[in-house]
Amino acid sequence: MKSHSLVMLRRNFKHLTRNPTSVFNAVLMPIIIMLMFVYMFGDAFDVGVDYIDYATPGLILLAVCYGLGGTATAVNSDMTKGIINRFKVMDVSRGAVLTGHVVASVLTNVIAIAALVGVAYLLGFSPAASLTDWLGVAGVVVLLAVAAGWFTVALGLSAKSPETAGMAAVPLVMLPFFSSAIVPAEKMGPGLRQFAEYQPFTPIIETMRGLLNGAPDTTDAVVAAAWCVAIALVGYLWARSTFTKRA
Amino acid sequence: MTSAIVASELRKAYKDKVVLDGIDFEVRAGTVFSLLGPNGAGKTTTVNVLTTLMRADGGTVRVAGHDIATEAKAVRAAIGVTGQFAAVDELLTGQENLQLMADLNRAVTGNGERIVAELLERFELTAAAGKPASTYSGGMRRKLDLAMTLVGKPQIIFLDEPTTGLDPRSRRTMWSIVQDLVADGVTVFLTTQYLEEADQLADRIAVLDRGRLVAQGTADELKRQIPGTHVRLRFTTAAELDEAARAFPEATRDDEALALRVPGDGGTKSLRALLDRLDEHSLNAEECSVHTPDLDDVFLALTGHTTEADQK
Repeated sequence: MKSHSLVMLRRNFKHLTRNPTSVFNAVLMPIIIMLMFVYMFGDAFDVGVDYIDYATPGLILLAVCYGLGGTATAVNSDMTKGIINRFKVMDVSRGAVLTGHVVASVLTNVIAIAALVGVAYLLGFSPAASLTDWLGVAGVVVLLAVAAGWFTVALGLSAKSPETAGMAAVPLVMLPFFSSAIVPAEKMGPGLRQFAEYQPFTPIIETMRGLLNGAPDTTDAVVAAAWCVAIALVGYLWARSTFTKRA
Repeated sequence: MTSAIVASELRKAYKDKVVLDGIDFEVRAGTVFSLLGPNGAGKTTTVNVLTTLMRADGGTVRVAGHDIATEAKAVRAAIGVTGQFAAVDELLTGQENLQLMADLNRAVTGNGERIVAELLERFELTAAAGKPASTYSGGMRRKLDLAMTLVGKPQIIFLDEPTTGLDPRSRRTMWSIVQDLVADGVTVFLTTQYLEEADQLADRIAVLDRGRLVAQGTADELKRQIPGTHVRLRFTTAAELDEAARAFPEATRDDEALALRVPGDGGTKSLRALLDRLDEHSLNAEECSVHTPDLDDVFLALTGHTTEADQK
Protein backbone atom coordinates (compact mmCIF):
# COMPACT_ATOMS: atom_id res chain seq x y z
CA MET A 1 0.00 0.00 0.00
CA LYS A 2 1.31 3.41 -0.94
CA SER A 3 0.68 6.61 0.92
CA HIS A 4 -2.90 7.69 0.30
CA SER A 5 -1.90 11.31 -0.13
CA LEU A 6 0.54 10.46 -2.91
CA VAL A 7 -2.02 8.29 -4.68
CA MET A 8 -4.58 11.09 -4.49
CA LEU A 9 -2.10 13.68 -5.75
CA ARG A 10 -1.25 11.50 -8.70
CA ARG A 11 -4.96 11.19 -9.46
CA ASN A 12 -5.46 14.96 -9.32
CA PHE A 13 -2.44 15.58 -11.56
CA LYS A 14 -3.78 13.12 -14.10
CA HIS A 15 -7.04 15.06 -14.02
CA LEU A 16 -5.19 18.28 -14.78
CA THR A 17 -3.42 16.79 -17.77
CA ARG A 18 -6.60 15.16 -19.12
CA ASN A 19 -8.89 18.09 -18.64
CA PRO A 20 -6.85 20.81 -20.31
CA THR A 21 -9.85 23.12 -20.74
CA SER A 22 -9.96 23.83 -17.03
CA VAL A 23 -6.24 24.64 -16.99
CA PHE A 24 -6.64 26.69 -20.18
CA ASN A 25 -9.41 28.69 -18.57
CA ALA A 26 -7.33 29.28 -15.50
CA VAL A 27 -4.27 30.32 -17.54
CA LEU A 28 -5.80 32.16 -20.49
CA MET A 29 -8.57 34.18 -18.87
CA PRO A 30 -6.29 36.25 -16.63
CA ILE A 31 -3.99 36.94 -19.60
CA ILE A 32 -6.92 38.08 -21.73
CA ILE A 33 -8.11 40.34 -18.93
CA MET A 34 -4.58 41.70 -18.59
CA LEU A 35 -4.40 42.51 -22.32
CA MET A 36 -7.83 44.10 -22.16
CA PHE A 37 -7.08 46.36 -19.22
CA VAL A 38 -3.57 47.28 -20.26
CA TYR A 39 -4.35 48.02 -23.92
CA MET A 40 -7.93 49.18 -23.81
CA PHE A 41 -8.37 50.93 -20.49
CA GLY A 42 -4.81 51.37 -19.24
CA ASP A 43 -4.30 54.87 -20.59
CA ALA A 44 -7.60 56.04 -19.14
CA PHE A 45 -6.56 55.24 -15.58
CA ASP A 46 -4.25 57.72 -13.90
CA VAL A 47 -2.53 55.66 -11.24
CA GLY A 48 0.73 57.62 -11.05
CA VAL A 49 2.91 54.80 -12.45
CA ASP A 50 2.98 52.68 -15.60
CA TYR A 51 -0.38 50.89 -15.63
CA ILE A 52 1.19 47.46 -16.20
CA ASP A 53 3.31 47.95 -13.08
CA TYR A 54 0.20 48.95 -11.14
CA ALA A 55 -2.08 46.19 -12.43
CA THR A 56 0.17 43.12 -12.39
CA PRO A 57 -0.14 42.39 -8.63
CA GLY A 58 -3.91 42.69 -8.88
CA LEU A 59 -3.99 40.44 -11.92
CA ILE A 60 -1.90 37.86 -10.06
CA LEU A 61 -4.66 37.72 -7.47
CA LEU A 62 -7.27 37.58 -10.21
CA ALA A 63 -5.40 34.61 -11.72
CA VAL A 64 -5.69 32.74 -8.40
CA CYS A 65 -9.43 33.40 -8.34
CA TYR A 66 -9.96 32.26 -11.94
CA GLY A 67 -8.46 28.88 -11.14
CA LEU A 68 -11.02 28.27 -8.40
CA GLY A 69 -14.02 27.57 -10.63
CA GLY A 70 -12.32 24.42 -11.92
CA THR A 71 -11.46 23.29 -8.41
CA ALA A 72 -15.01 23.77 -7.12
CA THR A 73 -16.44 21.84 -10.07
CA ALA A 74 -13.92 19.01 -9.74
CA VAL A 75 -14.51 18.59 -6.00
CA ASN A 76 -18.26 18.68 -6.44
CA SER A 77 -18.23 16.13 -9.19
CA ASP A 78 -16.27 13.78 -6.90
CA MET A 79 -18.91 14.35 -4.26
CA THR A 80 -22.06 14.08 -6.35
CA LYS A 81 -20.84 11.17 -8.49
CA GLY A 82 -20.23 9.10 -5.39
CA ILE A 83 -16.45 8.92 -5.72
CA ILE A 84 -15.94 10.53 -2.32
CA ASN A 85 -18.39 8.04 -0.78
CA ARG A 86 -16.40 5.27 -2.36
CA PHE A 87 -13.22 6.62 -0.78
CA LYS A 88 -14.96 7.03 2.56
CA VAL A 89 -16.15 3.45 2.63
CA MET A 90 -12.62 2.34 1.76
CA ASP A 91 -11.31 4.26 4.73
CA VAL A 92 -9.14 6.53 2.61
CA SER A 93 -7.99 9.34 4.88
CA ARG A 94 -10.13 12.40 4.28
CA GLY A 95 -6.99 14.50 4.53
CA ALA A 96 -5.64 12.75 1.44
CA VAL A 97 -8.77 13.27 -0.69
CA LEU A 98 -9.10 16.97 0.11
CA THR A 99 -5.41 17.81 0.16
CA GLY A 100 -5.10 16.32 -3.32
CA HIS A 101 -7.63 18.84 -4.59
CA VAL A 102 -6.02 21.74 -2.76
CA VAL A 103 -2.56 20.91 -4.08
CA ALA A 104 -3.90 20.55 -7.63
CA SER A 105 -5.63 23.92 -7.25
CA VAL A 106 -2.42 25.58 -6.01
CA LEU A 107 -0.47 24.02 -8.86
CA THR A 108 -2.95 25.36 -11.45
CA ASN A 109 -2.60 28.79 -9.83
CA VAL A 110 1.18 28.70 -9.97
CA ILE A 111 1.17 27.73 -13.66
CA ALA A 112 -1.33 30.51 -14.45
CA ILE A 113 0.66 33.12 -12.54
CA ALA A 114 3.97 32.13 -14.14
CA ALA A 115 2.36 32.57 -17.58
CA LEU A 116 0.77 35.86 -16.54
CA VAL A 117 4.00 37.33 -15.21
CA GLY A 118 5.74 36.23 -18.41
CA VAL A 119 3.19 38.11 -20.51
CA ALA A 120 3.44 41.11 -18.18
CA TYR A 121 7.18 41.30 -18.91
CA LEU A 122 6.43 41.27 -22.63
CA LEU A 123 4.10 44.22 -22.05
CA GLY A 124 6.83 46.23 -20.35
CA PHE A 125 6.41 45.19 -16.72
CA SER A 126 9.47 46.48 -14.86
CA PRO A 127 9.34 45.71 -11.15
CA ALA A 128 11.95 47.05 -8.75
CA ALA A 129 11.80 43.85 -6.71
CA SER A 130 14.94 42.13 -5.42
CA LEU A 131 15.23 38.35 -5.22
CA THR A 132 14.04 38.45 -1.60
CA ASP A 133 11.04 40.56 -2.62
CA TRP A 134 10.22 38.03 -5.34
CA LEU A 135 10.41 35.23 -2.78
CA GLY A 136 8.02 37.29 -0.69
CA VAL A 137 5.62 37.54 -3.64
CA ALA A 138 5.88 33.78 -4.16
CA GLY A 139 5.11 33.29 -0.46
CA VAL A 140 2.02 35.50 -0.66
CA VAL A 141 0.84 33.71 -3.80
CA VAL A 142 1.18 30.25 -2.23
CA LEU A 143 -0.44 31.36 1.03
CA LEU A 144 -3.34 32.91 -0.87
CA ALA A 145 -3.67 29.91 -3.18
CA VAL A 146 -3.77 27.48 -0.26
CA ALA A 147 -6.35 29.61 1.60
CA ALA A 148 -8.55 30.08 -1.46
CA GLY A 149 -8.04 26.41 -2.31
CA TRP A 150 -9.40 25.15 1.02
CA PHE A 151 -12.28 27.60 0.90
CA THR A 152 -13.17 26.49 -2.63
CA VAL A 153 -12.95 22.80 -1.73
CA ALA A 154 -15.49 23.50 1.03
CA LEU A 155 -17.72 25.34 -1.44
CA GLY A 156 -17.43 22.46 -3.89
CA LEU A 157 -18.30 19.86 -1.25
CA SER A 158 -21.37 21.78 -0.11
CA ALA A 159 -22.85 22.63 -3.52
CA LYS A 160 -25.75 20.58 -4.88
CA SER A 161 -24.32 20.02 -8.37
CA PRO A 162 -21.15 20.75 -10.37
CA GLU A 163 -22.98 23.65 -12.06
CA THR A 164 -23.93 25.33 -8.79
CA ALA A 165 -20.41 24.67 -7.53
CA GLY A 166 -19.05 26.59 -10.52
CA MET A 167 -21.53 29.38 -9.80
CA ALA A 168 -20.58 29.47 -6.12
CA ALA A 169 -17.01 30.32 -7.14
CA VAL A 170 -18.14 33.30 -9.25
CA PRO A 171 -18.21 35.81 -6.35
CA LEU A 172 -14.58 34.92 -5.71
CA VAL A 173 -13.81 35.80 -9.33
CA MET A 174 -15.72 39.09 -9.07
CA LEU A 175 -14.31 40.15 -5.72
CA PRO A 176 -10.92 41.31 -7.10
CA PHE A 177 -12.70 43.92 -9.25
CA PHE A 178 -13.99 45.49 -6.05
CA SER A 179 -10.51 45.76 -4.58
CA SER A 180 -7.46 47.82 -5.47
CA ALA A 181 -6.59 45.26 -8.19
CA ILE A 182 -7.58 47.32 -11.25
CA VAL A 183 -7.90 50.86 -9.91
CA PRO A 184 -6.87 52.35 -6.54
CA ALA A 185 -9.59 52.21 -3.91
CA GLU A 186 -9.47 55.97 -3.34
CA LYS A 187 -10.74 56.49 -6.91
CA MET A 188 -13.96 54.61 -6.20
CA GLY A 189 -17.29 56.06 -5.10
CA PRO A 190 -18.30 56.19 -1.43
CA GLY A 191 -19.44 52.86 -0.03
CA LEU A 192 -17.59 50.91 -2.67
CA ARG A 193 -14.38 52.61 -1.58
CA GLN A 194 -14.76 51.51 2.03
CA PHE A 195 -15.64 48.01 0.87
CA ALA A 196 -12.57 47.91 -1.37
CA GLU A 197 -10.33 49.18 1.40
CA TYR A 198 -11.44 46.67 3.98
CA GLN A 199 -12.01 43.52 1.94
CA PRO A 200 -9.32 40.84 2.29
CA PHE A 201 -7.97 41.07 -1.26
CA THR A 202 -6.83 44.69 -0.97
CA PRO A 203 -4.14 44.14 1.70
CA ILE A 204 -3.00 41.02 -0.15
CA ILE A 205 -2.64 42.99 -3.40
CA GLU A 206 -1.01 45.92 -1.64
CA THR A 207 1.49 43.53 -0.04
CA MET A 208 2.47 42.17 -3.46
CA ARG A 209 2.52 45.68 -4.93
CA GLY A 210 4.88 46.84 -2.18
CA LEU A 211 7.15 43.83 -2.68
CA LEU A 212 7.25 44.33 -6.47
CA ASN A 213 8.08 48.03 -5.98
CA GLY A 214 10.93 46.99 -3.70
CA ALA A 215 9.22 48.75 -0.77
CA PRO A 216 7.18 46.19 1.17
CA ASP A 217 4.68 47.51 3.73
CA THR A 218 4.74 45.51 6.98
CA THR A 219 1.21 46.46 8.08
CA ASP A 220 -0.27 45.29 4.78
CA ALA A 221 1.73 42.09 4.98
CA VAL A 222 0.51 41.29 8.50
CA VAL A 223 -3.13 42.00 7.62
CA ALA A 224 -2.79 39.98 4.41
CA ALA A 225 -1.28 37.01 6.23
CA ALA A 226 -3.98 37.18 8.89
CA TRP A 227 -6.73 37.17 6.25
CA CYS A 228 -5.15 34.20 4.43
CA VAL A 229 -4.77 32.17 7.61
CA ALA A 230 -8.35 32.97 8.62
CA ILE A 231 -9.78 32.02 5.21
CA ALA A 232 -7.70 28.84 5.12
CA LEU A 233 -8.88 27.86 8.59
CA VAL A 234 -12.55 28.50 7.89
CA GLY A 235 -12.28 26.65 4.57
CA TYR A 236 -10.43 23.72 6.14
CA LEU A 237 -12.86 23.27 9.04
CA TRP A 238 -15.89 23.71 6.78
CA ALA A 239 -14.51 21.22 4.25
CA ARG A 240 -13.73 18.62 6.93
CA SER A 241 -17.13 18.83 8.53
CA THR A 242 -18.95 18.68 5.18
CA PHE A 243 -16.80 15.76 4.09
CA THR A 244 -17.68 13.86 7.26
CA LYS A 245 -21.38 14.70 7.27
CA ARG A 246 -22.47 14.55 3.66
CA ALA A 247 -23.18 11.10 2.25
CA MET B 1 -24.83 -20.53 9.45
CA THR B 2 -23.65 -17.20 10.82
CA SER B 3 -25.14 -13.79 10.25
CA ALA B 4 -23.38 -11.29 8.01
CA ILE B 5 -25.67 -8.38 8.92
CA VAL B 6 -28.02 -8.00 11.86
CA ALA B 7 -30.07 -4.82 12.15
CA SER B 8 -32.50 -4.09 14.92
CA GLU B 9 -34.77 -1.13 15.49
CA LEU B 10 -32.86 0.89 12.92
CA ARG B 11 -34.04 4.50 12.78
CA LYS B 12 -33.03 7.49 10.72
CA ALA B 13 -34.67 10.86 10.16
CA TYR B 14 -33.62 13.93 8.18
CA LYS B 15 -34.68 16.81 10.38
CA ASP B 16 -38.36 15.98 11.01
CA LYS B 17 -38.81 13.63 8.07
CA VAL B 18 -38.64 10.02 9.23
CA VAL B 19 -36.91 7.88 6.61
CA LEU B 20 -36.35 4.64 8.51
CA ASP B 21 -38.89 3.95 11.19
CA GLY B 22 -37.41 1.07 13.17
CA ILE B 23 -36.48 -1.73 10.80
CA ASP B 24 -35.21 -5.19 11.76
CA PHE B 25 -33.63 -7.80 9.57
CA GLU B 26 -30.93 -10.40 9.44
CA VAL B 27 -28.78 -11.44 6.50
CA ARG B 28 -27.14 -14.86 6.64
CA ALA B 29 -23.56 -15.16 5.46
CA GLY B 30 -23.21 -16.35 1.88
CA THR B 31 -26.76 -15.42 0.82
CA VAL B 32 -28.37 -12.65 -1.20
CA PHE B 33 -30.71 -10.35 0.71
CA SER B 34 -32.81 -7.95 -1.28
CA LEU B 35 -34.43 -4.79 -0.03
CA LEU B 36 -37.35 -4.16 -2.37
CA GLY B 37 -39.17 -0.86 -2.54
CA PRO B 38 -40.17 2.09 -4.71
CA ASN B 39 -38.26 5.36 -4.99
CA GLY B 40 -38.20 7.22 -1.70
CA ALA B 41 -38.87 4.15 0.43
CA GLY B 42 -35.54 4.54 2.26
CA LYS B 43 -33.42 1.97 0.41
CA THR B 44 -30.40 4.19 -0.22
CA THR B 45 -30.55 5.56 3.32
CA THR B 46 -30.43 1.99 4.62
CA VAL B 47 -27.36 1.27 2.49
CA ASN B 48 -25.71 4.51 3.61
CA VAL B 49 -26.27 3.67 7.26
CA LEU B 50 -25.14 0.05 6.94
CA THR B 51 -21.98 1.08 5.12
CA THR B 52 -21.02 3.70 7.77
CA LEU B 53 -21.60 6.67 5.44
CA MET B 54 -24.38 7.94 7.69
CA ARG B 55 -25.04 7.60 11.37
CA ALA B 56 -28.27 5.99 12.47
CA ASP B 57 -30.45 7.92 14.91
CA GLY B 58 -31.37 4.78 16.78
CA GLY B 59 -31.05 1.01 16.83
CA THR B 60 -28.04 -1.24 16.42
CA VAL B 61 -26.46 -2.83 13.40
CA ARG B 62 -23.68 -5.37 13.27
CA VAL B 63 -21.96 -5.93 9.94
CA ALA B 64 -19.51 -8.85 9.71
CA GLY B 65 -19.77 -9.05 13.49
CA HIS B 66 -18.76 -5.44 14.08
CA ASP B 67 -20.91 -2.63 15.41
CA ILE B 68 -21.32 0.06 12.71
CA ALA B 69 -21.27 2.87 15.26
CA THR B 70 -18.26 1.91 17.35
CA GLU B 71 -16.22 -0.28 14.98
CA ALA B 72 -16.66 1.55 11.68
CA LYS B 73 -13.10 0.81 10.56
CA ALA B 74 -13.51 -2.93 10.98
CA VAL B 75 -16.83 -2.77 9.12
CA ARG B 76 -15.24 -0.87 6.23
CA ALA B 77 -12.45 -3.43 5.99
CA ALA B 78 -15.02 -6.19 5.48
CA ILE B 79 -17.38 -4.56 2.98
CA GLY B 80 -17.52 -3.34 -0.59
CA VAL B 81 -20.10 -0.85 -1.81
CA THR B 82 -21.43 -0.08 -5.26
CA GLY B 83 -23.66 2.96 -5.07
CA GLN B 84 -26.71 3.85 -7.09
CA PHE B 85 -24.74 5.83 -9.67
CA ALA B 86 -21.60 4.32 -11.12
CA ALA B 87 -18.88 5.97 -9.06
CA VAL B 88 -16.05 5.72 -11.55
CA ASP B 89 -13.48 8.37 -12.26
CA GLU B 90 -14.37 9.44 -15.78
CA LEU B 91 -11.05 11.07 -16.53
CA LEU B 92 -9.13 7.90 -15.74
CA THR B 93 -9.07 4.75 -17.86
CA GLY B 94 -10.72 1.54 -16.68
CA GLN B 95 -7.34 0.12 -15.77
CA GLU B 96 -6.36 3.28 -13.87
CA ASN B 97 -9.63 3.26 -11.96
CA LEU B 98 -8.95 -0.27 -10.78
CA GLN B 99 -5.30 0.50 -10.05
CA LEU B 100 -6.42 3.49 -7.96
CA MET B 101 -8.58 1.17 -5.87
CA ALA B 102 -5.69 -1.28 -5.49
CA ASP B 103 -3.35 1.52 -4.39
CA LEU B 104 -5.85 2.79 -1.83
CA ASN B 105 -7.04 -0.54 -0.51
CA ARG B 106 -5.41 -1.57 2.72
CA ALA B 107 -6.12 -5.22 2.00
CA VAL B 108 -4.09 -5.21 -1.23
CA THR B 109 -0.40 -5.75 -0.69
CA GLY B 110 2.03 -5.94 -3.55
CA ASN B 111 -0.13 -7.93 -5.96
CA GLY B 112 -2.27 -4.99 -7.10
CA GLU B 113 -1.39 -5.28 -10.78
CA ARG B 114 -2.33 -8.94 -10.93
CA ILE B 115 -5.65 -8.26 -9.20
CA VAL B 116 -6.39 -5.46 -11.67
CA ALA B 117 -5.61 -7.67 -14.67
CA GLU B 118 -7.78 -10.48 -13.31
CA LEU B 119 -10.74 -8.21 -12.71
CA LEU B 120 -10.47 -6.66 -16.18
CA GLU B 121 -10.47 -10.16 -17.62
CA ARG B 122 -13.34 -11.39 -15.48
CA PHE B 123 -15.59 -8.44 -16.35
CA GLU B 124 -14.64 -8.49 -20.04
CA LEU B 125 -13.14 -5.03 -19.85
CA THR B 126 -9.64 -5.92 -21.04
CA ALA B 127 -10.16 -4.48 -24.53
CA ALA B 128 -11.45 -1.18 -23.11
CA ALA B 129 -8.94 -1.07 -20.25
CA GLY B 130 -6.88 1.72 -21.82
CA LYS B 131 -9.82 3.96 -22.68
CA PRO B 132 -11.15 6.68 -20.37
CA ALA B 133 -14.20 5.61 -18.38
CA SER B 134 -16.13 8.57 -19.83
CA THR B 135 -16.30 6.66 -23.13
CA TYR B 136 -17.86 3.55 -21.53
CA SER B 137 -21.49 2.54 -22.02
CA GLY B 138 -23.83 2.40 -19.01
CA GLY B 139 -23.41 -1.35 -18.69
CA MET B 140 -19.61 -1.14 -18.88
CA ARG B 141 -19.55 1.56 -16.23
CA ARG B 142 -21.58 -0.57 -13.87
CA LYS B 143 -19.26 -3.47 -14.50
CA LEU B 144 -16.21 -1.31 -13.86
CA ASP B 145 -17.87 0.08 -10.75
CA LEU B 146 -18.51 -3.41 -9.42
CA ALA B 147 -14.98 -4.53 -10.35
CA MET B 148 -13.63 -1.57 -8.35
CA THR B 149 -15.71 -2.71 -5.39
CA LEU B 150 -14.21 -6.20 -5.61
CA VAL B 151 -10.55 -5.11 -5.59
CA GLY B 152 -10.11 -5.76 -1.86
CA LYS B 153 -12.04 -9.07 -1.97
CA PRO B 154 -14.73 -7.93 0.48
CA GLN B 155 -16.81 -10.58 2.32
CA ILE B 156 -19.98 -8.52 2.16
CA ILE B 157 -21.06 -6.49 -0.86
CA PHE B 158 -23.73 -3.80 -0.95
CA LEU B 159 -25.33 -3.08 -4.30
CA ASP B 160 -27.69 -0.12 -4.44
CA GLU B 161 -30.02 -0.57 -7.42
CA PRO B 162 -27.30 -2.18 -9.53
CA THR B 163 -29.43 -2.51 -12.67
CA THR B 164 -31.55 0.65 -12.65
CA GLY B 165 -31.18 2.29 -16.03
CA LEU B 166 -29.53 -0.71 -17.69
CA ASP B 167 -30.81 -2.37 -20.85
CA PRO B 168 -32.17 -5.92 -20.44
CA ARG B 169 -28.97 -7.55 -21.70
CA SER B 170 -26.69 -5.65 -19.33
CA ARG B 171 -29.14 -6.42 -16.56
CA ARG B 172 -28.80 -10.16 -17.21
CA THR B 173 -25.01 -9.83 -17.25
CA MET B 174 -25.18 -8.07 -13.88
CA TRP B 175 -27.39 -10.81 -12.49
CA SER B 176 -25.01 -13.55 -13.55
CA ILE B 177 -22.11 -11.62 -11.98
CA VAL B 178 -24.03 -11.44 -8.69
CA GLN B 179 -24.78 -15.16 -8.88
CA ASP B 180 -21.07 -15.89 -9.42
CA LEU B 181 -20.18 -13.78 -6.39
CA VAL B 182 -22.54 -15.72 -4.18
CA ALA B 183 -21.14 -18.98 -5.53
CA ASP B 184 -17.77 -17.75 -4.23
CA GLY B 185 -19.23 -17.37 -0.76
CA VAL B 186 -19.75 -13.61 -0.76
CA THR B 187 -22.77 -12.13 1.03
CA VAL B 188 -24.76 -9.68 -1.10
CA PHE B 189 -27.10 -6.97 0.19
CA LEU B 190 -29.01 -5.64 -2.79
CA THR B 191 -31.64 -2.97 -3.18
CA THR B 192 -33.99 -2.94 -6.12
CA GLN B 193 -37.23 -1.54 -7.46
CA TYR B 194 -37.89 -4.67 -9.49
CA LEU B 195 -39.70 -7.67 -8.07
CA GLU B 196 -38.31 -9.74 -10.92
CA GLU B 197 -34.75 -8.90 -9.92
CA ALA B 198 -35.31 -9.76 -6.28
CA ASP B 199 -37.05 -12.93 -7.40
CA GLN B 200 -34.10 -13.94 -9.62
CA LEU B 201 -31.33 -13.22 -7.16
CA ALA B 202 -32.44 -13.08 -3.57
CA ASP B 203 -32.63 -15.83 -1.00
CA ARG B 204 -34.63 -13.48 1.18
CA ILE B 205 -36.59 -10.37 0.29
CA ALA B 206 -37.69 -7.56 2.58
CA VAL B 207 -40.27 -5.08 1.31
CA LEU B 208 -39.67 -1.52 2.42
CA ASP B 209 -42.45 1.05 2.30
CA ARG B 210 -42.18 4.54 3.75
CA GLY B 211 -39.45 3.57 6.20
CA ARG B 212 -41.03 0.36 7.45
CA LEU B 213 -40.55 -3.28 6.50
CA VAL B 214 -44.00 -4.44 5.51
CA ALA B 215 -43.03 -8.00 4.65
CA GLN B 216 -40.06 -10.36 4.72
CA GLY B 217 -39.53 -13.82 3.35
CA THR B 218 -38.44 -15.87 0.38
CA ALA B 219 -39.73 -14.88 -3.04
CA ASP B 220 -42.29 -17.69 -2.92
CA GLU B 221 -43.53 -16.70 0.52
CA LEU B 222 -44.03 -13.13 -0.66
CA LYS B 223 -45.80 -14.13 -3.83
CA ARG B 224 -48.26 -16.15 -1.81
CA GLN B 225 -49.23 -12.94 -0.04
CA ILE B 226 -49.91 -11.00 -3.18
CA PRO B 227 -52.65 -11.32 -5.75
CA GLY B 228 -51.54 -13.97 -8.17
CA THR B 229 -51.66 -13.97 -11.92
CA HIS B 230 -55.08 -13.05 -13.21
CA VAL B 231 -56.91 -12.52 -16.46
CA ARG B 232 -58.61 -9.20 -16.97
CA LEU B 233 -61.75 -9.19 -19.10
CA ARG B 234 -63.25 -5.94 -20.25
CA PHE B 235 -66.86 -5.67 -21.42
CA THR B 236 -68.80 -3.04 -23.35
CA THR B 237 -71.93 -2.79 -21.20
CA ALA B 238 -72.80 -3.01 -17.51
CA ALA B 239 -75.35 -5.72 -18.29
CA GLU B 240 -72.64 -7.89 -19.81
CA LEU B 241 -70.44 -7.28 -16.78
CA ASP B 242 -73.26 -8.35 -14.45
CA GLU B 243 -73.79 -11.50 -16.43
CA ALA B 244 -70.07 -12.28 -16.46
CA ALA B 245 -69.78 -11.67 -12.72
CA ARG B 246 -72.44 -14.32 -12.21
CA ALA B 247 -70.57 -16.71 -14.51
CA PHE B 248 -67.30 -16.17 -12.62
CA PRO B 249 -68.20 -15.95 -8.94
CA GLU B 250 -64.51 -16.15 -7.94
CA ALA B 251 -63.66 -12.99 -9.87
CA THR B 252 -63.50 -9.39 -8.63
CA ARG B 253 -65.19 -6.65 -10.64
CA ASP B 254 -64.26 -3.11 -11.50
CA ASP B 255 -67.52 -1.32 -12.34
CA GLU B 256 -65.89 1.85 -13.53
CA ALA B 257 -63.72 0.08 -16.12
CA LEU B 258 -66.44 -2.53 -16.85
CA ALA B 259 -63.77 -5.13 -16.15
CA LEU B 260 -63.55 -8.43 -14.35
CA ARG B 261 -60.40 -9.88 -12.75
CA VAL B 262 -60.42 -13.66 -12.92
CA PRO B 263 -57.70 -15.44 -10.94
CA GLY B 264 -55.67 -17.93 -12.99
CA ASP B 265 -52.12 -18.98 -13.69
CA GLY B 266 -51.88 -17.50 -17.17
CA GLY B 267 -51.26 -20.91 -18.72
CA THR B 268 -52.98 -21.88 -21.99
CA LYS B 269 -55.00 -24.61 -20.29
CA SER B 270 -56.66 -22.34 -17.74
CA LEU B 271 -57.05 -19.66 -20.38
CA ARG B 272 -58.90 -22.10 -22.64
CA ALA B 273 -61.17 -23.11 -19.76
CA LEU B 274 -61.91 -19.47 -19.16
CA LEU B 275 -62.77 -18.82 -22.80
CA ASP B 276 -64.95 -21.92 -22.87
CA ARG B 277 -66.87 -20.64 -19.87
CA LEU B 278 -67.43 -17.31 -21.64
CA ASP B 279 -68.80 -19.20 -24.63
CA GLU B 280 -71.14 -21.29 -22.47
CA HIS B 281 -72.72 -18.08 -21.23
CA SER B 282 -72.66 -16.53 -24.71
CA LEU B 283 -70.54 -13.71 -23.42
CA ASN B 284 -68.12 -11.66 -25.45
CA ALA B 285 -65.34 -9.73 -23.74
CA GLU B 286 -64.09 -6.76 -25.68
CA GLU B 287 -60.59 -7.15 -24.31
CA CYS B 288 -58.71 -9.93 -22.59
CA SER B 289 -55.30 -9.56 -20.97
CA VAL B 290 -53.11 -11.65 -18.66
CA HIS B 291 -51.50 -9.88 -15.68
CA THR B 292 -48.59 -11.27 -13.68
CA PRO B 293 -47.92 -9.67 -10.31
CA ASP B 294 -45.42 -6.82 -10.32
CA LEU B 295 -44.15 -4.48 -7.66
CA ASP B 296 -47.38 -2.47 -7.82
CA ASP B 297 -49.38 -5.54 -6.91
CA VAL B 298 -46.99 -6.35 -4.08
CA PHE B 299 -47.45 -2.89 -2.71
CA LEU B 300 -51.13 -2.94 -3.14
CA ALA B 301 -51.37 -6.15 -1.19
CA LEU B 302 -48.79 -5.42 1.50
CA THR B 303 -49.32 -1.78 2.28
CA GLY B 304 -53.08 -1.74 2.15
CA HIS B 305 -53.18 1.11 -0.37
CA THR B 306 -55.84 -0.65 -2.40
CA THR B 307 -57.56 0.56 -5.53
CA GLU B 308 -61.35 0.90 -5.75
CA ALA B 309 -61.64 -2.37 -7.64
CA ASP B 310 -59.86 -4.26 -4.90
CA GLN B 311 -62.06 -2.86 -2.17
CA LYS B 312 -65.12 -4.46 -3.68
